[in-house]
Amino acid sequence: MLTLKNLSVRLHKKNILNKIDIRIPDGETHVLMGQNGAGKSTLAQSIMGNPNYQVTGEILFADQNLLDLDPQQRAALGVFLSFQQILEIPGVKIYDYLKLLYKKSHEQKLTPLKFKAFLREKMALLAFDESFLERSLNHGFSGGEKKKMEVLQMLVIEPKLVILDEIDSGLDIDAIQAVARAVNYLKEKHQTSVLIITHYSRILQFLTLDKVHLLSKGQLVKTGGAELVRQIEDKGFQSVL
Amino acid sequence: MAKATIKQLNDAYASKFGFAMPEKSVVSFDFGLSSEIIAAISDHKQEPEWMRTFRQRSLQTFVKMPLPKWGPSLAEIDFEQIRYYIKDTEVEQRSWDEVPTEIKQTFDRLGVPQAEREFLAGVKAQYNSEVAYSSLQKELDEQGVIFCSMEEALQKHADLFQEYFGKLVPASDNKFAALNSAAWSGGSFVYIPKNTHVKRPLQSYFRINAARMGQFERTLIIADEGSSAHYVEGCTAPVYSEYSLHAAVVEVFVKRNARFRYTTIQNWSGNIYNLVTKRAQVLADGVMEWVDGNLGAKTTMKYPSCYLAEEGAYGEMLSVAYAKNQQIQDTGAKMIHLAPNTASKIVAKSVSVAGGQSNYRGLVHVTKAATNSKSKVECDALILDGQSGTSTYPDMRILGENAIVEHEASVSEIEEDKLFYLMSRGLDKTEAMTLLVAGFIEPIVKELPLEYAVELNRLIELEMEGSVG
Repeated sequence: MLTLKNLSVRLHKKNILNKIDIRIPDGETHVLMGQNGAGKSTLAQSIMGNPNYQVTGEILFADQNLLDLDPQQRAALGVFLSFQQILEIPGVKIYDYLKLLYKKSHEQKLTPLKFKAFLREKMALLAFDESFLERSLNHGFSGGEKKKMEVLQMLVIEPKLVILDEIDSGLDIDAIQAVARAVNYLKEKHQTSVLIITHYSRILQFLTLDKVHLLSKGQLVKTGGAELVRQIEDKGFQSVL
Repeated sequence: MAKATIKQLNDAYASKFGFAMPEKSVVSFDFGLSSEIIAAISDHKQEPEWMRTFRQRSLQTFVKMPLPKWGPSLAEIDFEQIRYYIKDTEVEQRSWDEVPTEIKQTFDRLGVPQAEREFLAGVKAQYNSEVAYSSLQKELDEQGVIFCSMEEALQKHADLFQEYFGKLVPASDNKFAALNSAAWSGGSFVYIPKNTHVKRPLQSYFRINAARMGQFERTLIIADEGSSAHYVEGCTAPVYSEYSLHAAVVEVFVKRNARFRYTTIQNWSGNIYNLVTKRAQVLADGVMEWVDGNLGAKTTMKYPSCYLAEEGAYGEMLSVAYAKNQQIQDTGAKMIHLAPNTASKIVAKSVSVAGGQSNYRGLVHVTKAATNSKSKVECDALILDGQSGTSTYPDMRILGENAIVEHEASVSEIEEDKLFYLMSRGLDKTEAMTLLVAGFIEPIVKELPLEYAVELNRLIELEMEGSVG
């Protein structure tokens, strides 16, 4: 269970989020929507522990206040964030990198052969070509390839809570379906909780939604069921504010 | 630097690479340098008259020449406190079984043995001043390739040796070339016959293992017309407590249409002055590539050069320097264009951490005769913290018509957002930094033979541990 309690966030002395309360029980899928600049990415980055933000309140997960922990400790508890702005890391070979991620996130070791089989299964889920394993992390990737690489890392780490920050932007319908497949696979296998930040309903139709939160100017203005997505898409944010 | 700091340095080094084999030398001369000691070296090696004279003249040159007035300070070197010659084992060994256990252990600690076994027949390893182990590959013999110690070459291939020795780097080139010319001992001699292609790298490991020992290897390579080969040397010195000096000279002759690559990985312990003169002459349509990695030493000064002497000659330098704990890596390259349609490329990458200083110092000289020539220089420096520094000293002298010369330089820091990105995936700060540093130098590392690339990445990993605050 992820619990945000009275969460406020400042960046460069400016208030971005004010007193947010959200609860995501294990295995549930929540959606976070809102206009540009509403503070959606700030919320995601704050949960992961981006040091640029000053955060007050509480972020409880796995019986711990994440605010006391470094990003890698949060990751060790099972928190995963797929970034909206995905950085290129030249010279870091994807295969070696994924092997390291697996080692850090799993107690059980795999033989190289078994790890390859493990990777192959995840890559097939995303329709990802294996030749990517020889390339540098995100280096020279298209927008869509970068997004899929984020999801592949998620599948390798097998986290307990995933936050997907506009994972569907710039993806074609096949890729969107592949991402949804990956999320459903994780949910089924590991009871993973999901928080999806998005502007579009396209990816949501492939997922079972539990709750939808609407953020506006740093405030949580509405929480509802899946029907809220349709309403926003049909009539715009103003209609529900 | 204060003695206490040196000690800390060595302790740190000891805990990581933690070994210094007991000294077991057969012959060891007194400290200091004199005409008598030089003569004794000649006696011991049973040298011909011309070499005796060459050494004595070089000694005179050495005494007269001043220390370089530019670059890092060398004032702390006490030439009287250096032992000029140590011979470790009496006879060169031909089979791996005969190699002393201690030496094998040194390789073992470095994770070298796999590569050793694999490349057994192609490996030459130098332990202290002379070649301790040497097993010439059958293939090399059949191809007519000569790969032996300098001492052996002077005896067995006297004419060839005398024709080329000291012709590219004269004793008077600089004070340390003069010192090397006077006191040289050990090193490799390589001759590749015309149109001969050596497929496996010729490998040579250099080690220093005696306190206060100067090591002055000399390497002489001749790649005859249309030939190709790759020479690799790697060093990781064990710990000792007093200043030591390493002043090597390397001469490479690349004949018409020949192609030669010279790869070096050096990781001297933090008390060594590593002052090396490396030079290649490249004739028509020949290709010379220097690949150079410098990780250790107190002060490194090394500027491999290519004299592009005939039309169509090409010279390349790929280097990576890693400076930490007050180390100074003053490295670069010199490309001297002497003929039309010559081309050169320099890619220099450096990493500075925990008070290390990396400098790029390079020269591109396109002479008037070198019309239609091209040169490209790229220097990238990565600084990991506020105590460390980097400087670039590019010297461009462009006189030839229609020259195309490019120079790019960048200085960067580890980006916080990249660190956060990697740490959010569960890596700790050291692991994230190691990945970013390894990624930064990857364009050079990928040019190394696999086992060296693995060793270099392992060394970077070891280095990053403890240097990340």
